[in-house]
Amino acid sequence: MAEHSTDAVADPARGIVLTGVGHTYGSRTVLADVTVTLTERRVGIIGANGSGKSTFARLLNGLVVPTEGSVTVDGLDTRGQLRAVRRRVGFVFQDPDAQIVHPTVAEDVAFGLENMGVPPAERAARVGEVLDRYGLTGHADHPAHLLSGGQKQLLAIAGVLVMRPARIVLDEPTTLLDLLNARRVARLVQELDQSVVVVTHDLALLGGFERVLVFDAGRLVADDSPAAAIDTYRSLMAGRT
Amino acid sequence: MTLALYVPVASPVHRAPAGVKLLALIAVSVVVFAVPTLPVVGGVLVAVLLTGLGIARLPAALLGRQVRAVVWWLLALAVVTGVVGGVASAALVVLRLLTLVLAAAVVTATTRVTELVAVVEWLCSPLRVVGVRPARIGLLIAMTLRFIPLVAERAERIRDAQAARGGAVRGIRAWTTTAVPLLVQVLQMAHTTAEALDARGADDDAPPARPPGRGRR
Repeated sequence: MAEHSTDAVADPARGIVLTGVGHTYGSRTVLADVTVTLTERRVGIIGANGSGKSTFARLLNGLVVPTEGSVTVDGLDTRGQLRAVRRRVGFVFQDPDAQIVHPTVAEDVAFGLENMGVPPAERAARVGEVLDRYGLTGHADHPAHLLSGGQKQLLAIAGVLVMRPARIVLDEPTTLLDLLNARRVARLVQELDQSVVVVTHDLALLGGFERVLVFDAGRLVADDSPAAAIDTYRSLMAGRT
Repeated sequence: MTLALYVPVASPVHRAPAGVKLLALIAVSVVVFAVPTLPVVGGVLVAVLLTGLGIARLPAALLGRQVRAVVWWLLALAVVTGVVGGVASAALVVLRLLTLVLAAAVVTATTRVTELVAVVEWLCSPLRVVGVRPARIGLLIAMTLRFIPLVAERAERIRDAQAARGGAVRGIRAWTTTAVPLLVQVLQMAHTTAEALDARGADDDAPPARPPGRGRR
């Protein structure tokens, strides 16, 4: 691997630390009093729609800065060291169409590397490597809008992985996919070398995870093993109509 | 109009620098307007076709799509010009526009967007002195090309959804009922895209994309 200051190295001992975190939009509180330290390699986030889990995910790479408390990633504060945090934490969105910004596949994968100032020769090599890894080599020069839904999600993930972040946050990566592509993305998530935080409604995606957080009405209501956390979530939902 | 996106072929036209191809496009434009005679304009059109189909080995269907996209405009223009100035004049106007459309298609189909964007960024680089960031202009062009088909696809989906519930599929009413939901979707998509640009390091020094008061839970 070529040496770049942008190639972040994870420091699992420090992890992602949220201390007394709250977030409001105007007068509406969407997240309150969250204190948690994430050092595991596989962390799942579940909860009902509107429970605050997407806001929580966005806090982890500084897309949202908390209105109360602080978030640090491997010791870097998202409020003051945004650039370094974002280079450490890649983010994959639910809708790949909204995050693919270049007309063709290879150009889009290269986008993050251009922003990092990676030289063209190395950029081309890294793009080729990632396209090959995710079976997109044959589509390198194809228009992104002609890819299938599954291929678009793979492209979105490839565009993040090519930047070699130490950690990756995925916000509902299988929601728009059919069963086959959802399984493919689940396998890909399991195989990632990086530390991963996944927000999901797809409980099967959490197989093999070390820890799962459950959010409800903007609060962290459970923090447990996947089986126990999923039980808590099901109990919460069972009482509602 | 159909966007003629890059067609990957190993040809001398594809390998030529984007700046040279853009200069050639400008030269073609100047010649067909500066020398308004049928033999010259026709000759340029033949040269463009030879370059596109012969040297660059582009599919004829691709160039055909570009012509089909403007065929009604060309016909209308031919009729008006023919009535006013005669057949020769109409032929000249049609050939001239056809040449420009095809030449532009050959350039875009043989040049990667990143190469075109690099030229635009280079041309815009003097504007740095007045605070313009050329990379931003380049990104704007690339994103425009990327999102045109996506917005068209979203509009189609809205029309289908409305048709499924008995809504109008043609005419002014269909457009007006499509416009508002499309605008809402485009604004939502623009918001997520702004976040994605932030997440991929497009603007590391700027504050987060989320505007004050915009909620997500």
